Amino acid sequence: MSKYDIVIIGGGVVGTAIARELSRYKVKVVLLEKEAELAFGVSKSNSGIIHPGTQHSPGTLKGKLCVQGNALTRKLAKELFIDFKKVGELIVAFTGEERTRLEQLKKDGDACGVPSLKMVTKAWLKKNEPNLSGEALAALYAPTAGIISPYRWVYDFAENAISNGVEIRTETKAEKIVITNPGFEIITPKGNFSAKYVINAAGLYADEIARMVGINDFKICPRKGEEFLLDKKRENLTRHLLFPLPSKTSKGILVTRTSDGNPMIGPTAEDVQDREDLSTTEAGLKKVLEGAKKMVPSINENDIIAYFAGLRPASGDDFIIRHEDKVPGFINVAGIQSPGLTAAPAIALMVTGLLKQAGLNMKKKLFFHKYRKKEYHLFSMPLAKSKKLIKKDASYGDIVCRCEMVSAKEVREAIARGARTMDGVKFRTRAQAGRCHGSFCTSRLMKILAEETKLPSTGITKRGHGSEIVKEDRING
Amino acid sequence: MVKRDLVVVGGGPAGMAAAISAYENGVKDILLIERDLYLGGILNQCIHTGFGLDYFKELLTGPEYADRFIKKIRSLPDIDISTRSFVVNLKKDKTVTYLKPGAMCVVRPKALIMATGCRERTREMVHIPGTRPAGIFSAGLAQRLINIDGLLPGKEVVIIGSGDIGLIMARRFTLQGAKVKAIVEIQKQTRGLVRNVVQCVEDFGIPMYFNHKVSKIHGKDRVEKISIVQIDDNMKDVSGTEVEIGCDTVLVSVGLIPENELIEMAGVDMDKRTNSPISKEVNKTSIPGLFVCGNSFKVYDYVDSVTADSELAGKLAAQYLRKTK
Amino acid sequence: MIRKMICIECPKGCSLSVDIEGCKVKTVTGNKCPRGAAYAIAENEEPMRIFTATVATKGLNLKLIPVRTNKPIPKKDLFLAADETRKIRVEKPLKAGDTVTDNFLGLNVKLLATREVA
Repeated sequence: MSKYDIVIIGGGVVGTAIARELSRYKVKVVLLEKEAELAFGVSKSNSGIIHPGTQHSPGTLKGKLCVQGNALTRKLAKELFIDFKKVGELIVAFTGEERTRLEQLKKDGDACGVPSLKMVTKAWLKKNEPNLSGEALAALYAPTAGIISPYRWVYDFAENAISNGVEIRTETKAEKIVITNPGFEIITPKGNFSAKYVINAAGLYADEIARMVGINDFKICPRKGEEFLLDKKRENLTRHLLFPLPSKTSKGILVTRTSDGNPMIGPTAEDVQDREDLSTTEAGLKKVLEGAKKMVPSINENDIIAYFAGLRPASGDDFIIRHEDKVPGFINVAGIQSPGLTAAPAIALMVTGLLKQAGLNMKKKLFFHKYRKKEYHLFSMPLAKSKKLIKKDASYGDIVCRCEMVSAKEVREAIARGARTMDGVKFRTRAQAGRCHGSFCTSRLMKILAEETKLPSTGITKRGHGSEIVKEDRING
Repeated sequence: MVKRDLVVVGGGPAGMAAAISAYENGVKDILLIERDLYLGGILNQCIHTGFGLDYFKELLTGPEYADRFIKKIRSLPDIDISTRSFVVNLKKDKTVTYLKPGAMCVVRPKALIMATGCRERTREMVHIPGTRPAGIFSAGLAQRLINIDGLLPGKEVVIIGSGDIGLIMARRFTLQGAKVKAIVEIQKQTRGLVRNVVQCVEDFGIPMYFNHKVSKIHGKDRVEKISIVQIDDNMKDVSGTEVEIGCDTVLVSVGLIPENELIEMAGVDMDKRTNSPISKEVNKTSIPGLFVCGNSFKVYDYVDSVTADSELAGKLAAQYLRKTK
Repeated sequence: MIRKMICIECPKGCSLSVDIEGCKVKTVTGNKCPRGAAYAIAENEEPMRIFTATVATKGLNLKLIPVRTNKPIPKKDLFLAADETRKIRVEKPLKAGDTVTDNFLGLNVKLLATREVA
């Protein structure tokens, strides 16, 4: 049995951000993730928006941690070498009543500390957001909104945490927690882990994990969101992230884009029972198109090249981040739906504070590797730079994915940094995420994965056991 | 930067025919750029017969058809061939930038022939709702996995689309020991050749569902089943006709899209609907000296037509070079 | 019994009417050339198919080499042919048109390589 100071359950953006923050201290940390790779739960379906902090009531954790998180994300993006794009957000009003609500939102935003908020006029919108519907009357402009790749963010946190001593175990599901007082023992199919503190960052299953130690005062109600990606050719559809006025349950149908340049429309917001229901629907498509076209009338159904659904781990109105006094040493970080991605670094700081308060002696390490080793992606650099790279390492010139221009070298590096599955390679490199959806590159990617992970072709999976790509090897089978 | 008289992008049947034709019409400085290790393009994985009936008056397999052109090109030393070479940028002045292991090369030809073929329409583009499990393949990818890599994608297959590629794969899967449970076609009749319906579907007793669409793909980690529903003349679901078919593999064979992102990058006038260049004359584009041939110009049913079209493009390129000397 | 079928010998696709008695073809009408008649007879009495497949290699530049029979074989032997090709391993270089197996399945047809392998 392995002994740790802290066990983090859940390898999404919250769990890995906490792991990275804790890796500054002389504490022994292990993160347990039940899927084949990190970010395969809630985080992979995230839209990647770094929110400015508008649309939250002052005095809520969501409001406070979002504003803090926004500033922290910019700082950390530089340390962890991730592309953070400052895009700015517009909450658009179409009626007089909506314009009035905007004023309230601005007040709330100012109270939360959201920087540089300003109301903009129809004329401003016409000039600065030309494809926005002419029916728009006014908007609230929040310049600190940005976009980031949500899963790469998870991998970057994890990589840096590992380089600073955190252990990460995938395919390791927490099945039972025994309160050993002091401390806990977490039972998994891969062995038992004992720790003084447990941080429950288990996303959709946070309530189940909490119940394992007798806490059942909250329930995770999965809320599905369907998102639709448009062809990169329409990259310049919008300049800012476009939001309608929020409703009670969601921020509405947005017109945004991913940090890789694809315009994105959605998400829907539909309560579902099944925590694994990631299916997209015709009804969802209709709803999203309707909402998106209202915002940007030139959006065309034929531009849609991909769609996916995610589940928000919704629980009540605010984040549940607390040390459980009834179960000393157990910290719940649950109900982290939007703006969870933005808030993650701030949540990590808050959890560190909770640990200190709960009695954990946290001394800072003498040597903390703040920076992550840079990685290169051909699709995000000018050609002249690519040329230098290829001269340095020939396999940067060996193109595997034609739609996103991904080289064999990048694929191998992704695997070296932890990718084990086709989705893992996709999330890290974008190979298979382009318009042909892997029709061209799947064959080669499988070969490279097989070579690097020493698995047979029949062992290569989409996202872990049960999702093998092919059924038989007819030559070597 | 290197200067050339003619660059041909694509070493499949279109590119090879265009290069050979240009040579035979007087062009002696030609560079053919191919991204794969071998010439032949998609024909390398089309191991079935059905090629060359018109052009060679023989019934050949895809590789045999390609082989004729590969042999011819090899016999012409004035045609330089660069394999494993991937074009990443195309400018209005026809400057081509390509990557290959160890190098980035830039070449500016006086005339350029694009022969980049097609990609397949994907499940996402035809909006099939449901989950995204493993086991969904475009027909071409499945063909490649079986015929080039020796891997069997699945054991119980449903094919969406009755075009030739789908029909051909129905036979291939069946002969590989898999069970093809259905071919689902949205229109009232097949889009494929009668020959393929006989030899790929009827020969094996595979059920074909016309006027049906796939309404949902089920399965968490791997495909488990699909739902199909009958549709009426207005493409609306006929209620009460929904049927589920258990399967572990879905093949999507719903059409080809010309791969023209490079010429779009260069600013060629495009027909957005077909993703092809707007041409007043066959093979020509809005940029003088920039020609498109083969499936990237127009999606042809027979490779023989691709060859004819590409030979014309080669001729036109030669004419252009003579004129602009 | 009259069976209607479409001839696939050439793209013309003549609509054929085939009069069958017992298991033998009595007459064929609708064909514009003798190939149509031959096709109708063969299709109803002993359908023949060109068999194409891939065969594994050892020590060569391609994992698989595509092959074909040089003449059609009985349709009923297609699965047998598929199984047979799984037993073959090509170890020496071949050019398109070279013989992989003589007298494939004892049917007096050759199994030929359709692509060069080195």
